[in-house]
Amino acid sequence: MINNIIVKDWGYFILKGRQIDFENNDFSISKFVLKHEPSFKWCIGCGSCTATCSAAWLTDFNPRKINLLIQRGETIDLAEEVAKCMLCGKCQLVCPRGINTRNVIQNIKRALISSHAL
Amino acid sequence: MHFNLFVIPFTAGMAILIALLAFRYVKWLGNLEAGELKKIGVNIFTIKTANALREVFLECLIHRKVFKNNLLLGYMHMSLAFGWFLLIVVGKFETFFYTGKLANEFYYPVFFRFFEQNPHKSGMLLYFNAIMDVILLIVLSGIIVAILRRFRPRITGMKKNTKHSLGDRLALSTLWLIFPFRLLAESATAGYCGNGSIITQPFGNFMAIALPVQQLSIVFWWMYSLSLGIFLIAIPFSRYMHIPTEILLILLRNWGLKTNESFTGFSEIEIQSCSRCGLCIDTCQMNSQGQNCTAQMVYFLRDYRYNQLMPDMTDNCLLCGKCDITCPVGISLTKQRVIQRIKSTYEQPEGFRYLPANQNVETAEVIYFAGCMSHLSPTISRSMEKIFKAAKVNYIFLDKDESVCCGRPLKLSGQFRAAKKLVENNRRKILSTGAKILITSCPICYKSFKEDYQLKIRVLHHSEYLDGLILLKRIAVRNSGKKVVYHDPCELGRGSDVYTQPRHLLSCFADLQTISQEKENSLCCGGSLGNLSMNPDERCEIQNATAKFLNESDPDIIATACPMCKKSIAQFSDAPVHDIAELVADNLEISVFNHKSFKHQKKQEMIEIVCNI
Repeated sequence: MINNIIVKDWGYFILKGRQIDFENNDFSISKFVLKHEPSFKWCIGCGSCTATCSAAWLTDFNPRKINLLIQRGETIDLAEEVAKCMLCGKCQLVCPRGINTRNVIQNIKRALISSHAL
Repeated sequence: MHFNLFVIPFTAGMAILIALLAFRYVKWLGNLEAGELKKIGVNIFTIKTANALREVFLECLIHRKVFKNNLLLGYMHMSLAFGWFLLIVVGKFETFFYTGKLANEFYYPVFFRFFEQNPHKSGMLLYFNAIMDVILLIVLSGIIVAILRRFRPRITGMKKNTKHSLGDRLALSTLWLIFPFRLLAESATAGYCGNGSIITQPFGNFMAIALPVQQLSIVFWWMYSLSLGIFLIAIPFSRYMHIPTEILLILLRNWGLKTNESFTGFSEIEIQSCSRCGLCIDTCQMNSQGQNCTAQMVYFLRDYRYNQLMPDMTDNCLLCGKCDITCPVGISLTKQRVIQRIKSTYEQPEGFRYLPANQNVETAEVIYFAGCMSHLSPTISRSMEKIFKAAKVNYIFLDKDESVCCGRPLKLSGQFRAAKKLVENNRRKILSTGAKILITSCPICYKSFKEDYQLKIRVLHHSEYLDGLILLKRIAVRNSGKKVVYHDPCELGRGSDVYTQPRHLLSCFADLQTISQEKENSLCCGGSLGNLSMNPDERCEIQNATAKFLNESDPDIIATACPMCKKSIAQFSDAPVHDIAELVADNLEISVFNHKSFKHQKKQEMIEIVCNI
């Protein structure tokens, strides 16, 4: 902790370990979304969706990060995050992989109800 | 007292049908909301009821809308429905003339020729008999068409028939059997006692040459009664539920009821009125241009009726509204689909707390709202700004930086409560400007502003507004002489009935071509936000097919009025695709402004003129 504060003042700091914990992470949402929207796995994490997102203009919202976290099975605060989406569809239009992003969000929401993760 | 054991299947079938219908109608009508019941009370004793009855005659019996689709298909429906109706009515009159009594046994007219076997030598009954024979022949001709089109739908102008469930097939088969058995029964009876007429008598005589008609006739009467009985019982469990329900639907619709944003008893009646004719299958672009022939409205409504509706089915629809135009019953199909989405979605209206609450927006007379999609096609908003400046309009670009979605995409996915949050936010922002006119470049926003926002100010799509500016001579355009084809966006055309202004606007500076599928029959670009689950390849197929269609007449430019349509078509089009605003901005004649005449009028008056276009 102290280390963090000190190095922050220096303009850089060391990130925590980002190892994916396959033992404990929850992949149920990822599986559910993939089943109902297979294009979800085509994501290359380019971030076009986040760059164009209307909601991201107004608040801290990052569709690319959500996708990444779901695929890693890290689904903390997911309900709060996807609630910010206005489903306007801009991300779908800019996605270079042609992912059905609106259906991804819709299915994340459905997965949340079905797994009672709320 | 006329009686024979074979009347039992028919009578029992009728009794069961009436009991089931009564039970269901009480249930559905009980689900009507208080406001709807009040509407019925207000309108029931007005001319609207007469109009409704006229519509019942034209649609349920004559099938006018099916005739418009295809003559032979119309004839098939009419001969069956109107023919059967005439058989019942004329049959009733016939028994009245014969017995002199209005009330006879319930089944007496149905089996009249069995009970009254004495040949009629003269008088009215002779004519009645002949009329009944001719009507029966007409009904039979309809059945022949119905059977033929099962195997070759093309003869009635259809590419695909509805794939029916087992129950529907059973009901269909018994319906087809009723009238041939009636012909056989009446002919066999005529064969041995001579009470037939122009068709049944010669046919009966012919049968009598080789067959024991007296014994056979009773078998045929039994079969006739059985097929009638089975069909009547099958009605509430099959697609034929539409026969009684459509009448109720037309009455309620004429009394001012419609499906809105919640599922009521009326919505249920609408769904039960679907006859599964399958006209929506051919018109659906997911089928005609893609390969999806399982998600059309006919199957959606069927799945709903049998409680088998899955989210994948509900979501898989472009909501382009082509089926709404085609449906001969006039069911508000796309609205039904959206309502069903409410159940399969999860709303989080609390998620929009981040929306800017206190907005200090400057005041202006005109607001320009580009819409989310226009931000991805910024030439549209740039063109609009260029035109505003040229016409010296006092405007503000409301969603230039912090654009909040209009809420319609959420609504189309069934999230009505969440959409309301966005609507409230934008509404507050719009009203705080004190503007008189709101102009938008996106047909999705346009429909939303018009229907959900309840704004007191004038809402215009930019094509309407630009047309107004040209009419008022506030801007002028030079003729480019180019060949232009116009693509109607679904939400602007079918959705909001804006067809003439964009066309007039285009004809001011270009040579506007007419195409085979335009206005209410125009194609969807395939980019629609209505479809949540369509896979990207299918989407491309539709976008490609629509682009190919628009390129058929080899135009110089394809014009449209929606950023989404522009993007979708442009991917696959040979000719360049432009929004109407871009074309106006390109052809703007800067020097010819008629500012002199404009200056004499007060700005307020000017706004009113634009408002009244």
